[in-house]
Amino acid sequence: MKHLLCTLAIIWAGAVQAQDSMRLAVTTSFHNSGLADILLPEIQADLGLEVQLLVVGTGQALRLGEAGDVDAILVHSRAAEEAFVAAAYATHRREIMYNDFVFIGPADDTAGIAGVPDATTGLQRIAAATVPFVSRGDDSGTHKKELTLWADAGLDVTGFGGWYRAVGAGMGAALNTASGMNAYIMSDRASWLNFGNKGDLVLLFAGDPVLFNQYAYLPVNPAVHDHVKADQAAMLEDWLTSERAASLINNYTINGETLFVFNAEPDNR
Amino acid sequence: MTALFPLIVSGAETHRRGKVLVGPVDLQLGGEGATVIIGPNGSGKTTLLSLLHGTARLHAGTITWQQPADVARAAQSFVFQRPVMLRRSVLENVAYPLLMRGVRRTKALAVAQEWVARVGLGQMPERAASLLSGGEQQKLALARAFIIEPQVVFLDEPCAALDGRSTREIEAILQDQKAHGTRLILSTHDIGQARRLADDVVFMRGGLVHETAPAAQFFDAPHTDAARAFLNGDIVE
Amino acid sequence: MVDLWDGLTQAFWLVFTLDAELAEIAIRSLYVTLTALVIASVIAFPLAAFLAVRRFRYRRVIIAVLNALMGLPPVVVGLIVYVLLSRSGPLGVLGLLFTPTAMIVAQVVIIVPLIASIAHQSLRDLWQEYHDLLISMNVTQMQKMRTLIWDARRALLTATLAGFGRGIGEVGAIMIVGGNIDNVTRVLTTAIALETGKGAFGLALALGFVLIALTIAVNLMIHWLSQTEREGRW
Repeated sequence: MKHLLCTLAIIWAGAVQAQDSMRLAVTTSFHNSGLADILLPEIQADLGLEVQLLVVGTGQALRLGEAGDVDAILVHSRAAEEAFVAAAYATHRREIMYNDFVFIGPADDTAGIAGVPDATTGLQRIAAATVPFVSRGDDSGTHKKELTLWADAGLDVTGFGGWYRAVGAGMGAALNTASGMNAYIMSDRASWLNFGNKGDLVLLFAGDPVLFNQYAYLPVNPAVHDHVKADQAAMLEDWLTSERAASLINNYTINGETLFVFNAEPDNR
Repeated sequence: MTALFPLIVSGAETHRRGKVLVGPVDLQLGGEGATVIIGPNGSGKTTLLSLLHGTARLHAGTITWQQPADVARAAQSFVFQRPVMLRRSVLENVAYPLLMRGVRRTKALAVAQEWVARVGLGQMPERAASLLSGGEQQKLALARAFIIEPQVVFLDEPCAALDGRSTREIEAILQDQKAHGTRLILSTHDIGQARRLADDVVFMRGGLVHETAPAAQFFDAPHTDAARAFLNGDIVE
Repeated sequence: MVDLWDGLTQAFWLVFTLDAELAEIAIRSLYVTLTALVIASVIAFPLAAFLAVRRFRYRRVIIAVLNALMGLPPVVVGLIVYVLLSRSGPLGVLGLLFTPTAMIVAQVVIIVPLIASIAHQSLRDLWQEYHDLLISMNVTQMQKMRTLIWDARRALLTATLAGFGRGIGEVGAIMIVGGNIDNVTRVLTTAIALETGKGAFGLALALGFVLIALTIAVNLMIHWLSQTEREGRW
């Protein structure tokens, strides 16, 4: 009983947040990569800063930043980010790293995208074969990227038939659905590598530069919400763009494959 | 002790859905002994009792105690035909009225213990009241009614559902309380019980008071035909 | 099928080794829901008793609305509480968002209609029984309510346990207002959602089995403590 009370007291104390901490909204794609589990303890050790992660979709991350409910956000949707900065919700955007998107599909690859020269050709083959394709459908960074690619391929998603399934969910949930349906899907590499329910799906196409996925850090503007922890957010930004972070990010692998490429510029405000 | 009485009832009526249920009733009740209300089923005995007690709505006329209404209410008890048991033990049921009046728990339970014994339930104070037999429950109800030492107790056909032995025991308790000075106003359709208990009689018929008289006079020489027929055992409507 | 078996074995392993993370989120789950339960009962029982004994004009409407609120989707409650507690919202200054307190608030809102509706039905039935007696005894309104609540306590306990079940398994609202932050607001249900989203079905099922076992344990304990199913006891 005493042990129970002690633990309760600790949790209660934790809830009161006595130590230095800040809230960072990140996307499900980022969280699924597992990179956070590497970085957060290092940040805690180096800066004494507890970064509390809220793992949400890009749209919700932007909303949280807009409302001032978090101190910074880390997303991967350039157009939305620039609009966010233009509206003065963030002071600036700072590029940190990029990974890439890959096309996943059933091992028998009935649409034949395995050897195509580029991403748009692959999508054209999928549309022509009308094989099942799962889309995030949730207005996330990944989803927006997917829509851009369809447009580049000269295809109109609103005209697609029932083979195009928009699930309105996060990356993991969408991958689950694709696995269950044996469908094609576009995923970020990190989520795919970490995904535990691959079923019959394999990675079919990657490497087209158009599939690169840039992550950027946006600190919420203290002029709009004066309660945000601007100092801590700046501290985190400096750390994320440092040599230390660069080495941790570049050396992060899953099953021997690197996922992210660090590309932050020093003092690029 | 008799500060509540005489109780003056004048033109009292109660309605249901626009129709007159009981009334108009004119009565004057003094402060001594036991008044028994008798009459055929459906004549309005229960309703009259409820009116006098104050739980039925008075739609016309007046019912006047010699004390203000709240004082009068606090000095009364009502015993129902089918006793209502609280989901508690026998002891707690009997102590309940005292507890509601702010008496301290230990004192209330002690007084309740005495009453439980007095009505013959002393062997089972901790038993759940709902498990008692009909007769035992009615005795509990009596103890619960008398524990607050009311000036008047209304009883609605208290022995209607009981066997002979229980009836005898309950009448003994009532006689005892009457002797202590508690005013009893009860209804019954059992003429024998009326004879045993009544000091004066109110005979009802069709929602109206048909005849009132001191007991001896009523039973020996009733004035009205209906009363005579009723005492004879005929069916009276 | 493999997943189910995998989940069971993982569950046993986690519990057997007293996995620290599991302990932390399990205790937090219990803390949030049990606190919400106590607060909700304190609100719901008097409300239910009041509705049972008082007659007033809009009583039927209020009872119907209360019953309907039982069907309120928890995620909607979560959104509303989020909007209220957000920094940009009316109660933002309290700084409650993304804390266990916010989760407790959301769960109280979800549970109160459930407990109140069930309690009200039991208290109303009991009031039918007691009505003549208590009116005759000239008991006050407060005394009526307290007598009903005390005498109906077994049925009220069932109402409470229904509320507990609803709360401990809830995930939508507390995900939104709590944020599922590791070490701060993560509980069993939100952890299950997270692991499912990662495709880690084995672990998700394991957490699920732990949740079920915990719920059964709490129910058993409450029944044992209140000595139900014993002969002749109310």
